Amino acid sequence: MTSALAVDAVLALLIFGLALWINAARTAYGAALGFMAYGLLLALVWVRLAAVDVALTEVALGAGLTGFLLLGAAARLAPDASFDAVGVSGKGSRFLIALLCAVVAVGLAAVVLVLPDPAPTLAPLVHANLARTGVGNPVTGVLMAHRAVDTLLETLVLIPALIGIWSLSSDPDWGGRPGSLPDLSSNGPLTLLAQVLPPFGILVAIHLVWVGAEDPGGKFQGAAVLAAMWVLVLVAGLGRAPRVTSQASRLLLVLGPLVFVGIGIAGVWLAGAFLAYPEEWAKPLILAIEAALTLSVALVLGLLLAGPPVADGGGVEPRP
Amino acid sequence: MEASAIPTAWLAGLSAPGGVLLVVPLILPVVGLLLGLLLGGRRLGPFVFVLLSAGLAAAVVVAAAVVTGGEPMLYQLGGWSPPLGVALKADGLSVVLLLTSAVVTLGVAVYAQRDFRPPGARETRGSLAFWMLLLGVWAGLNTVALGQDLFTLFVALELLTFSAVPLVSLDGRAETLAAALRYLLFALLGSVLYLLGAVLLYGAYGTLDIGLLAVQIAAAHALPPSVLAAAALMTVGLMAKTALVPLHLWLPPAHAGAPPAASAILSALVVKGSFFLLLRIWFDLIPGLLDLPAAQALGVLGAAAILLGNLMALQQARLKLLVAYSTVAQIGYLFLIFPLAGTTSGPTWALSAGTLQVVSHALAKGSLFLAAGLIAKALGHDRIRDLAGVGRVLPITLLASGVAGLSLVGIQPSGGYLVKAALQGAAEAGGTWWWGLVLDAGGLLTAAYLLWFIGHALSGHGPHPATAKAPGRAQELVALALALGSLLLGLLPAQVFELISVGRVPPPEPIATAWAGAFHWGSLAAGLLPLLVVAVLVLAFGPWGGRRRPGPLGWPAVGAAGLGSAVGWLDARLRCWPVAGFSLLALVLTLGVGFAFGARACVT
Amino acid sequence: MSGETLFGLCGAALVGVGLFGVICQPGALRKLIAFNLLGSGVFLLFGVIAKRGGGALAAAGQGADGDPVPQALVITGLVVAFAATAIAIALLRRLAGLNDQGRSEGEPPPASRSRSDGGP
Repeated sequence: MTSALAVDAVLALLIFGLALWINAARTAYGAALGFMAYGLLLALVWVRLAAVDVALTEVALGAGLTGFLLLGAAARLAPDASFDAVGVSGKGSRFLIALLCAVVAVGLAAVVLVLPDPAPTLAPLVHANLARTGVGNPVTGVLMAHRAVDTLLETLVLIPALIGIWSLSSDPDWGGRPGSLPDLSSNGPLTLLAQVLPPFGILVAIHLVWVGAEDPGGKFQGAAVLAAMWVLVLVAGLGRAPRVTSQASRLLLVLGPLVFVGIGIAGVWLAGAFLAYPEEWAKPLILAIEAALTLSVALVLGLLLAGPPVADGGGVEPRP
Repeated sequence: MEASAIPTAWLAGLSAPGGVLLVVPLILPVVGLLLGLLLGGRRLGPFVFVLLSAGLAAAVVVAAAVVTGGEPMLYQLGGWSPPLGVALKADGLSVVLLLTSAVVTLGVAVYAQRDFRPPGARETRGSLAFWMLLLGVWAGLNTVALGQDLFTLFVALELLTFSAVPLVSLDGRAETLAAALRYLLFALLGSVLYLLGAVLLYGAYGTLDIGLLAVQIAAAHALPPSVLAAAALMTVGLMAKTALVPLHLWLPPAHAGAPPAASAILSALVVKGSFFLLLRIWFDLIPGLLDLPAAQALGVLGAAAILLGNLMALQQARLKLLVAYSTVAQIGYLFLIFPLAGTTSGPTWALSAGTLQVVSHALAKGSLFLAAGLIAKALGHDRIRDLAGVGRVLPITLLASGVAGLSLVGIQPSGGYLVKAALQGAAEAGGTWWWGLVLDAGGLLTAAYLLWFIGHALSGHGPHPATAKAPGRAQELVALALALGSLLLGLLPAQVFELISVGRVPPPEPIATAWAGAFHWGSLAAGLLPLLVVAVLVLAFGPWGGRRRPGPLGWPAVGAAGLGSAVGWLDARLRCWPVAGFSLLALVLTLGVGFAFGARACVT
Repeated sequence: MSGETLFGLCGAALVGVGLFGVICQPGALRKLIAFNLLGSGVFLLFGVIAKRGGGALAAAGQGADGDPVPQALVITGLVVAFAATAIAIALLRRLAGLNDQGRSEGEPPPASRSRSDGGP
């Protein structure tokens, strides 16, 4: 027990130290690199907190995709990101703000320490009602059945986010392909990697989604892995992102949420409530939604990384 | 009698527990977002219009069902009851937000058909983005109105933010991109604080359902530290998203820089979404907060917002910035209800005043931003000093501005008048006359800058403005319709206002009688008298007849100029990012400590 | 002292560090990284609460190792935070691109006006 505690203490100190370092790093690039390492450490903490589902998400999304975004931006912006370089330079005001932040943190820590013991929990309720959802992983049960509306809204949130990013192009570029990813097609080893890795990545993603019903894993983790593989292929120049006006890509984008809403509405008649599943059909329906959502979420995550469209000079497909 | 019995029975059936009706306002925009992306192109605008019309009908049916049922409607999503599942609830408050957002969004959708219609067969960037984001805002607002779970509400807030931010930078200019980025970062800070509060509440009670939490919190002998900390964090986070002074740094550039249809949505509705959650927290989740002295702090900030926003609006050279600063001021009125809720009239009374202000301002400000957009488009600029002659070119638009202005100033019979009368009444009943003073000063300042703008626009002097582009008649009429809606709010049958108390403890005096008593046509003249003085002052300072008054006007002018530059300096300082960050931290700590001491004093 | 307590303190400290960074760091990118730190602190606190809830259950002999509800919500939160970061980065890059363009054409960067009131 004490050795486990020692591990936890080291982990907590490392994370706190790394967070301080990220704040103090001289360049944004350094800070972004630090953030990736920080995400990996954090995943270890999630494992220690018995939340393997979250750990997987943290690695894939927190450290992986977010880190990629931040690094990409830091690499492009680092030399002249000065246009909004207004930080707080005065020593006195920095100290004052640091003091207030410390007071907030101490107050928060005090509140967390006096939270009621034994802790209130929904775990027994979730376990008692898990059988009705047909899945064995309680986190998946919560995401897909008990709190399905949050999951639906969350996949929906990604669409305005993507439209927002697409809107950051100029008018003549509309109809082009996303253009924010770096072009590393001349990088031999990367091309090789992009040829070898994706088949395995796809297998891992399918595995994550499939086992997610019973064991840690699920659509978000699987989708993040799929998105990473796809972005790798794009960066290596082995494929091209679809045009923003591509009807096929849009269909895939909305497929998952549409299936989700459709089954949800059918639930009003078949199971007595919106977003409810008939008991004997619960598991296959959840798996169908998860499969469709995985594809849609993977595409949307990849497109969020790929940025606003840029005209490629080629013929732009007209849309009716 | 026979004929009316059938719909009543039908509505009673809908409002029966488990009425699935509440799902409709939730999924209409969701399905719209998904199908809209597939549709794209030229058909998107008409599609959104049809969808919004259906949404308005759904909101009306929900409202009718809630009113006839006389109690809130509840719906358990997926058939799972809270705390495990997520519930939707429509009480009077939800219904008001549903209706307001449907009406204003529909108005904006009519207005925007012209501005955001692809010129050719091809889809354009602006059209796809605008219509999709408009649907996103609508989806977020409807979820905020109906959501009963703190985390679902968090996702709804993010939906609102992610849809609102790109609307700011739709024209792609660097200034608007910078404004959008700043808005996004500050709004994210607000969301995180809100989420942190929700996390603490889950830690304390193991549920996120507002109803269940409220029962448990009310049963506690004293508010535990986690609840107080959560209340402070959530309140400040939502204040940041609502742009209450001193956390208003992002609002003026964002609202002034967006395209007019987007500005109208942002100013009329988006800031109300986060305010609505604030109402949920203070009036439904932890009503005990209203009795704490810290509630006064919110009122003080509201009063500061009224004075600062109005004084800043008075100094703006550009019309859209004037309107944006007017929003900063009008948000202040919303926060005056917190200190006044503890008075004898009771919280439901204060809440009804706040809700009415939400509606009245949404209609009036929506109209004013649309009108400002029409003027800017017709002239190619929005410099107030060069507006001469606009009155002749855009008479309907100017009429809309004037009518919307009557409501913002608070002239009978507008919604704004009712709000001010209610707040004045509550202030007098509680013996806190100073809030009334702020209200009066705010009204006069509002009148001053609106007269300044309208005076310039009506001034016949100067060359006949060359109109770059004539606005659509429908666009002008939408602006006028929203303004008239705001003006005529006060003439609604008094029973309509009882709607707000559905699901709450009714105030000692029925809201209807109190509102009905607020009207004295005789006092209209008394209310107009100070305005006449302001009008004379504005006329004295104005450039009418082409003679710009040379030289200083003596000490009043020097004093006014001094006050103006001092206020301008203060506003510029407050809107610095680090200063706003400092204010945010200071507010979290002040409220947290204030709640803690207040709660202790209540127990002992 | 247990592991959860340690990580709870760590989460609170991360919130403090993140807040400081969001307010004091120069440049929107650094602010954004700090925002992610802040968010991770909040999620970590939620994770600690989940673990505490599971611990109570395990003590009762039911063998669950965590409250799945907060865990599910953290996953949702992570996806939302990623989307927020993606929008912010896209805005930032567009703004930087426009400024570069302005500079190469010999004009002052249009956003420099916003510097006077503090930048984002």
